[in-house]
Amino acid sequence: MTADGFSLPRLWAMIVKEFIQMRRDRLTFAMMVGIPLMQLVLFGFAINSDPKHLPTAVVDADHSPEGRTLIAAMQASRYFAITAAPETDTEADRLLATGAVQFLVRIPAGFSQQLRRGDRPALLVEADATDPAATSGAVATLTVLARDALIPDLTGPLASLAPKPPPFDLRVHRRYNPETSTQYNIVPGLMGVVLTMTMVMMTALAVTRERERGTLETLLVMPLHPAEVMLGKIIPYIAVGYIQVAIILLAARWVFAVPLAGGLGLLTGASILFIATNLAIGYTFSTIARNQMQAMQMGFFYFLPSILLSGFMFPFRGMPGWAQVVGECLPLTHFLRIIRGVMLKGNGLADSAVELGILGLTLLLTTAVALRRYRRTLD
Amino acid sequence: MNTAIAVSGLTKRFGSKTVVDRLTMTVPAGQIVGFLGPNGSGKTTTLRMLCGLLTPDAGNGTCLDLDIRCQAAEIKRQIGYMTQKFSFYEDLSIAENLDFVARVHGLPDRRNLVMVTLDRLGLSERRTQLAGELSGGWKQRLALAACILHRPRLLLLDEPTAGVDPKARRAFWENIHDLAADGMTVLVSTHYMDEAERCHAIAYIAYGQLLAQGTVQDVIASAGLTTFTVRTTGDNHHTLNTLTTALRKAPGVDLVAAFGAALHVGGADRSALLAAIAPWRTDPALIWQDDQPTLEDVFIHLMARSQDQYAAPTGNRP
Repeated sequence: MTADGFSLPRLWAMIVKEFIQMRRDRLTFAMMVGIPLMQLVLFGFAINSDPKHLPTAVVDADHSPEGRTLIAAMQASRYFAITAAPETDTEADRLLATGAVQFLVRIPAGFSQQLRRGDRPALLVEADATDPAATSGAVATLTVLARDALIPDLTGPLASLAPKPPPFDLRVHRRYNPETSTQYNIVPGLMGVVLTMTMVMMTALAVTRERERGTLETLLVMPLHPAEVMLGKIIPYIAVGYIQVAIILLAARWVFAVPLAGGLGLLTGASILFIATNLAIGYTFSTIARNQMQAMQMGFFYFLPSILLSGFMFPFRGMPGWAQVVGECLPLTHFLRIIRGVMLKGNGLADSAVELGILGLTLLLTTAVALRRYRRTLD
Repeated sequence: MNTAIAVSGLTKRFGSKTVVDRLTMTVPAGQIVGFLGPNGSGKTTTLRMLCGLLTPDAGNGTCLDLDIRCQAAEIKRQIGYMTQKFSFYEDLSIAENLDFVARVHGLPDRRNLVMVTLDRLGLSERRTQLAGELSGGWKQRLALAACILHRPRLLLLDEPTAGVDPKARRAFWENIHDLAADGMTVLVSTHYMDEAERCHAIAYIAYGQLLAQGTVQDVIASAGLTTFTVRTTGDNHHTLNTLTTALRKAPGVDLVAAFGAALHVGGADRSALLAAIAPWRTDPALIWQDDQPTLEDVFIHLMARSQDQYAAPTGNRP
């Protein structure tokens, strides 16, 4: 290992070779552009954690103006779409059981009468809560709705029934995402998910492919430094990763109208750091795996917790302590905090410093492991 | 420098299997040395240890006066190693492969060098063809070109002509001789006897042990094998068949091999062999002729002998 220092021309030789191979491998290349697009369509358009226009059945046994006002108010909230008016309770129950409707509103007979008398009649709303996320938004609006919907009707002799304002004024500001658009959360997160998925996989196959094709023997018998091989495999994919970042950023801006509150420079820098970290992790896998199949499996084992525990799919703070600990160990968790912070909150370098530092540390650590694991012989 | 390779006691084990067993060998500089032996005899493992791809479990030695244990990186700069299986990039064109090698070695005037090399090997017209699309013979030419691009002082070739047609093989050997004439040392493993005879010297290895080393004549002479060639008068094939069956069991006969219509019969112990064949020599249908053993006779004999020793659990090794 003497007189065998790092050499830029040799690194360049590796980079050129990798670029040519990448260009020849059409499928991989298509995948690298295809995956972000596919994920954008699937996650960006399809996922909505605050669904509106949920099918609702109304059993109105009262047929009163108050009942109609309430129904109209529900529809006006955009959360409820009245799709059925079953005659009997059994029919209504069946609609909920089969999933034909998400909500069942029952206005009992004499509702209006009792209301006018000040008897505080019960209005029953039954929700299909098998999927809590699907109903929670709608249920939350009901409270407000119940208080305010009838105010215009409660005039004259009924004015005493009108709700009194609370002794203080409660104001909620939904900052950074005033319309609670899921896409604001998902689309920046997608950048991290796509990069985790493709970058780790690309380099995980890098060394195992050389080994399977027998070309590793050629590489080993040539005077190449392990760091030259590693960087030569990583650098071309940083470019590819950045193409993916560009695709997602353009889609975020022009398709999903997600704002970019922070600086593009910080965003670029953080993305490159994250890309490099993932590539180094993938490369480490490929020095451990015996063949491409194993490398793929390791990639999946890494990808699954990343997507589930990073806070991309589910709220990070909603996870139990141990899951949060696992999540903290994943680079994606930290990247999501940076990227959402920069894009939505307009965070600067100082705000992201800790997360950037963690990513940088992970990069250094995995690089060290990979270089130690890389064998210079076939032993 | 008079010796290109000098190793002693070289040993390599994979698990409980000893693949190369205390191998001691010298290769003089500037020579073409043939490395022979049956499949699985440890030829590839030895070559890999010489070029630093494998670390020996025991033994030491030098390659181009550099220690194979601690100066592997330095050795790698000065040797060319052509693997048994094509190990350049099939998804790169011929020119791109050479370009890559030239860049890695940091060769000056790279473009020109690649062009000249392509010309010399007759690959210019195929320069843009992907290596994976080439036939065996062309792949072999490319591999050789890539191995000698950096003008190594020592060339290690691992069965370079396996699966290559005779014409390409001949051209390949002419190439090797040209390189040796320029001072390059070549260690080439092969299964072909005619190729062994093209070498300045040969080394025969079986079951991880070096069994014979020297020029072809030396190796044949040192085997001490007495051989007879037997022909039949007329068309008595079945006589020859009967003879083969009978001699295979006879003591003192180590070797019975058919060569076309003739039979090679040989043995290490001349008197025992003579005694064994005595009853047959009077047969009027057979013509006996005292003959020189061929290299192949010697190798088959060596192989059979080492196999016996290998099979014997308490056999004392030479």
